[in-house]
Amino acid sequence: MREVSSLLRIFRFLAVLPLFALLGGCQMVLLGPSGDVALQQRNLLLASTGLMLLIIVPVMALTIFFAWRYRASAKASYDPDWNHSLPLEVVIWSVPLLIIIVIGAMTWMGTHLLDPYRPLDRISAGKPAVEAKAGGNGARKEPLVIEVVALDWKWLFLYPAQGIASLNEVVAPVDQPIEFRITSSSVMNSLFIPALAGQIYAMPGMQTKLNAVINHAGEFEGFSANYSGAGFSDMRFRFRGVDDKGFGDWVQGAIRTGSPLGREEYLVLEKPSEREAVRYFRDIPSDLFSAILNMCVDRAKMCTRDMMALDAKGGGGKEGIHIVAQLEYDKSVRRGGQPMPPRPFVTAICTPTDVYGTAGVTARVAN
Amino acid sequence: MAKAKAQAQAASVPAFYVTGDDHAHSGGSTMLGFWLYLMSDCLIFAVLFATYGVLGRNYAAGPSGADLFDLRLVAVNTAMLLFSSITYGFAMLAMDKGKQALMQRWLVVTGLFGLAFLAIELYEFAHLIREGATPMRSAFLSSFFTLVGTHGLHVTFGLIWLTVLMVQVSKRGLIEANRRRLLCLSMFWHFLDVIWIGVFTFVYLMGVLK
Amino acid sequence: MTSYPDWWKLIFGRFTLEAIPYHEPILIGTFAAVALGGLALVALVTRLKLWGYLWHEWFTSVDHKKIGIMYMILGVIMLLRGFADALMMRGQQAIAFAGNEGYLPPHHYDQIFTAHGVIMIFFVAMPFVTGLMNYVVPLQIGARDVAFPFLNNFSFWMTVSGAVLVMMSLFIGEFAKVGWLAYPPLSGAAYSPGVGMDYYLWALQIAGVGTTLSGVNLIATIVKMRAPGMEMMRMPVFTWTALCTNVLIVATFPILAATLALLTLDRYVGTNFFTNDLGGNPMMYVNLIWIWGHPEVYILILPIFGVYSEVASTFCGKRLFGYASMVYATVVITILSYLVWLHHFFTMGSGASVNSFFGITTMIISIPTGAKIFNWLFTMYRGRIRFELPMMWLLAFMLTFVIGGMTGVMLAVPPADFVLHNSLFLIAHFHNVIIGGVVFGVFAGIAYWFPKAFGFKLDRFWGLLSFWFWVIGFYVAFMPLYVLGLMGVTRRLSRFEDPSLQIWFVVAAMGAVLIALGILCFIIQIAVSIMRREQLRDVTGDPWDGRTLEWSTSSPPPAYNFAFTPIVHDLDAWADMKKRGYSRPLGGFKPIHMPRNTGAGVIIAGLATVCGFALIWYIWWLAALTFIGVVATAIIHSFNYDRDFHIPADDVVREEDARSRQLGRA
Repeated sequence: MREVSSLLRIFRFLAVLPLFALLGGCQMVLLGPSGDVALQQRNLLLASTGLMLLIIVPVMALTIFFAWRYRASAKASYDPDWNHSLPLEVVIWSVPLLIIIVIGAMTWMGTHLLDPYRPLDRISAGKPAVEAKAGGNGARKEPLVIEVVALDWKWLFLYPAQGIASLNEVVAPVDQPIEFRITSSSVMNSLFIPALAGQIYAMPGMQTKLNAVINHAGEFEGFSANYSGAGFSDMRFRFRGVDDKGFGDWVQGAIRTGSPLGREEYLVLEKPSEREAVRYFRDIPSDLFSAILNMCVDRAKMCTRDMMALDAKGGGGKEGIHIVAQLEYDKSVRRGGQPMPPRPFVTAICTPTDVYGTAGVTARVAN
Repeated sequence: MAKAKAQAQAASVPAFYVTGDDHAHSGGSTMLGFWLYLMSDCLIFAVLFATYGVLGRNYAAGPSGADLFDLRLVAVNTAMLLFSSITYGFAMLAMDKGKQALMQRWLVVTGLFGLAFLAIELYEFAHLIREGATPMRSAFLSSFFTLVGTHGLHVTFGLIWLTVLMVQVSKRGLIEANRRRLLCLSMFWHFLDVIWIGVFTFVYLMGVLK
Repeated sequence: MTSYPDWWKLIFGRFTLEAIPYHEPILIGTFAAVALGGLALVALVTRLKLWGYLWHEWFTSVDHKKIGIMYMILGVIMLLRGFADALMMRGQQAIAFAGNEGYLPPHHYDQIFTAHGVIMIFFVAMPFVTGLMNYVVPLQIGARDVAFPFLNNFSFWMTVSGAVLVMMSLFIGEFAKVGWLAYPPLSGAAYSPGVGMDYYLWALQIAGVGTTLSGVNLIATIVKMRAPGMEMMRMPVFTWTALCTNVLIVATFPILAATLALLTLDRYVGTNFFTNDLGGNPMMYVNLIWIWGHPEVYILILPIFGVYSEVASTFCGKRLFGYASMVYATVVITILSYLVWLHHFFTMGSGASVNSFFGITTMIISIPTGAKIFNWLFTMYRGRIRFELPMMWLLAFMLTFVIGGMTGVMLAVPPADFVLHNSLFLIAHFHNVIIGGVVFGVFAGIAYWFPKAFGFKLDRFWGLLSFWFWVIGFYVAFMPLYVLGLMGVTRRLSRFEDPSLQIWFVVAAMGAVLIALGILCFIIQIAVSIMRREQLRDVTGDPWDGRTLEWSTSSPPPAYNFAFTPIVHDLDAWADMKKRGYSRPLGGFKPIHMPRNTGAGVIIAGLATVCGFALIWYIWWLAALTFIGVVATAIIHSFNYDRDFHIPADDVVREEDARSRQLGRA
């Protein structure tokens, strides 16, 4: 037993070590974020922790106390048949219930206020997003729209208003509400910039949104927070908060140095690659993001939007059976797998209104 | 001696063990166990129904149920399965009366109805696939073929089981074990009927109604 | 890549010689070790002429006690594999910084984290939990076996079959690289074309059949086979939790089976359930898999709560505080566990109302869970606590689990989850509840019931050493992950840029090494206990002054468990019997009706393994053949009506006399 207790002492010391390091000031970005949304999320985190500690700490203390007090060798009072106490039962069910009611109320409000789809109310504490005007109803500050595409394995950011795009870098002015519209080209990813705001999934054929704002200038880390295959670990990008002038300069720079990004270029860019350097693009078709979202950048493919409209009207009928073409599915090869058997896709038809007419005949597959 | 001792003790303390026959091991829990299995099977169908509910209108610009289903054929098919359930019921009545030969005849009839059901279903599937409406064409067709096909697979296994049981009954007669097995198959067969009524309503009728 | 002729493809499907990873030194080394170890074992068993014994007494046994023990052995073996994966991951993450690629390329690393999760949940935690339930439940309810003894044997071998397939993937082909729940589209044919995903699907599908049937079996056992007098509210808490767990198993594993079947169809037939194109919907998979996945964590923890309850009342020497509220809490958790699945993907973008509904239901679960903690706490109050190993594990659990509960509530607040989701904080949280809850409880259960199963106690010194290595190792390994999570580090990364993170990963790796020592000490503990078994012998059958019926019979119990079926008059039936002066019956024994052993389960599961392997490699002829074999074996088995026999009264007398002599020596 002597050995055990001496070992114990060593282990206790080891167990305390991480706590020392904790004090040693590491960068816990979630606890000190630079964006207002992340800050409010942090506050909820701390509040719920505090509320839980109200019950956790007494339980831990009582556990240790009872274990020590009623150890067999202590010969403390012993009551082998005592197994029920109504008042105690009421307490052990109602105290957690009360705490959960409080956290539950916080959750309900917090979830609605911090819904990523919801336009921002405030830029930061005490600074509303709606500019106060004499009349009362001021105009909401228009958000900067950034369209995000998770590619294999890099991030494409499109700035529709500015007509530019960037790869693996995203820049936004400080105190300017941002609306991210997010999709993915192949598999699920998750857009996460810890300093700015919580994450949201990026899913192919679907669009999610994230409203956020950055309050401090600086360079922050962003990455995919949902495993997406071999290149996942390097699927990182920089998020930079800059002042208005810096943003203008950045946009100008992108226009100056960027290369054109049309549908053809996008299809090349979409191919899996890892550790891509930051790049800029210009001359972007206004419908590119919509085409990516609807999975019809390749004009041969029918857009999911049209497909869904058609389906809502009852599908394409028996004539619609054959409007599929065999697409040589090369994604698996690109990901280092063996060639797959060809997979079908639905070809584009002339117009959504002319469904039954000539669809099967006119569908053509671009090479 | 021990019994006497136990009885002597019984005066002061209650009996702590059963001295009579130990409760029989066989059979008591089979019906409950089989019913639990059926519920788990029911959940598989629940998932398939839910899947169909989510994907059932994703035609991918292809054909819908209204374009594909032949309600008359499905009505005949439904009748086959319902008849087979009734005839299985007759078989069980015969079993209760101990009429083995009659029961076997009703089981044959049940099996034939089941076979007819399967044949019609296979014909329907073959027809759809020949037209190009394959399970690969759209999510709607994937979920349709999977739901209906899973039911069909169950019927197939039910038929194999039925055949095996008929052989066993003819070899051993209506002994306790065989009666139990016939009752289990009975539950299984009626269960498939209930599922099919769901399929018929949810997939075929509602699919044809626009 | 060399091309293979058509006849090769006909015979071997897509299996090629390149599929054997002879270029990977780690795998070759492992293979060599496994092969040598396996050969040595086979040689030893052959030399000792044990094959017949193993086959007749164990593999084909329908005795719930032997099957329970085999489940535990399976759990330990797979724990070694799953933990080796954990060590490799910790090693990789501790060194892969600032340009250093580490020693595991993504191709390998991604397989390891997938295998780690799959193995730990399906082939470690599940066998442990099922093994404990299998062993203990019939004894606790005064039954002689489970309701369907053959099915029990079959269920076990199907679980083994799944485990065998996962192990085969190590040396033939590869395992999945998709994460343990294999979200499509990544896991679909387009993005994971190799055999790895197919190993995953068939292994889980085959093992799942076993799990579901074992669930059916144990429910029927508990509902139908309780001793006379044991009403529902007199069932031991472990039996209660086992009942709830098995209800959950029967009510969720079919969902897993169906979901995996749909994904299998997507991959094999080309259907469009979870694809991006042609109307498929990958989000549906995520919902379905978590409708199974969340109850699954309660399947693991509920019976362990039962273990803790037994341990608490035994080692505090008093009745469990609040038995009724414990039972109600268990039932409430069972029901609520179905209403929380969406909290695993708040970040998918459901509306705020949906997210907050699922967030709040999740928090509500913490109320009955909290009530349970209080019940154990007040069981200690005015108790007479003996600090035997199981009690130590209980205390470590109570102190550790509440931390996991706290972080769980943090994760249940959707806006907070947005920043913590998929982070190492989440990893730390669920390891906190699974290690601090399930694993600690399994060790408590092993230490508690080991003397019942084998007739001697486990060695205390090595047990304590294992305990402290595990507990301290857990904190050293996972507290840094909480910190890393708060630093915004996400899961499943194989390399990092920020060098300031490294120290945390190094500490975590040291923690993993401590846990490895804990596992080593556990194995030494077993070995030492076997060697010292005469000193550790328990002749009474009741070494801990237990309170439930399993302690009323001998250690190890005879094949028939109880010479006479007990009659129950009170909760804690055995404590009641002892108090009221029960005396063991010494005569009047009758022949005992017992089920007969059968090899059908082993054969069917063996064929299923080959069938799964053939399907994975597209060897269609073999798949068809073995599938027919499975059906045929089942049919042939059904023609065997001679399934039970009577243990002659003389044998019972001999057995019971031996026990009397043993008790006389005590």
